[in-house]
Amino acid sequence: MIYMKGIPDAPMCGFSSLAVKVLKTYKVPLSARNILENPELKNAVKGFSHWPTFPQIFINGEFIGGSDIILIMHQSGELKDKLIHLLPKVDKEE
Amino acid sequence: MASRAANVLVSRASRIKNKLQSALEASILEVDDVSYQHAGHSAVKDNNNETHFNVKIVSPKFDGQSLVKRHRMVYDLLGEELDSGLHALSIVAKTPKEVEKK
Repeated sequence: MIYMKGIPDAPMCGFSSLAVKVLKTYKVPLSARNILENPELKNAVKGFSHWPTFPQIFINGEFIGGSDIILIMHQSGELKDKLIHLLPKVDKEE
Repeated sequence: MASRAANVLVSRASRIKNKLQSALEASILEVDDVSYQHAGHSAVKDNNNETHFNVKIVSPKFDGQSLVKRHRMVYDLLGEELDSGLHALSIVAKTPKEVEKK
């Protein structure tokens, strides 16, 4: 789950855009909420995660961080380890 | 009020620097104002200076802390700035040991 500015196909902020780009390189289901359209949601998420900025990424309900952290975890391979069990099983259609 | 007056005179970058330096005893601390890269951004329409910064900080206080905790420490120290128009930070937070390794 990513709480972001804009939507994955039209991010309204460079950091949200970066985070979506990283997450899209893994073929995992991605749900997104646009916090620009919902100030109440925005404040609720901020309070819940104790994190003041967006985007915010959650994997299986666990708060992962913002775009800096997602990028570092992508580069270090940690993100792959977190997402690997979410990847669709290997029977490929092609 | 005195501090409010000072806020007007001192750049946000130097306030960020001071706050982080004194609380985290940083051995390396770089704060760059990159607000110009975000001018025209939806959230900064009416106030497009001093909104975005890159922060690189090396502190022994990050020892044993996850990335999320390190970033939270930085955000917590800058609460006042976040409430007064600071919009986003790009944070690199390392321990002295992690820097030595490279």
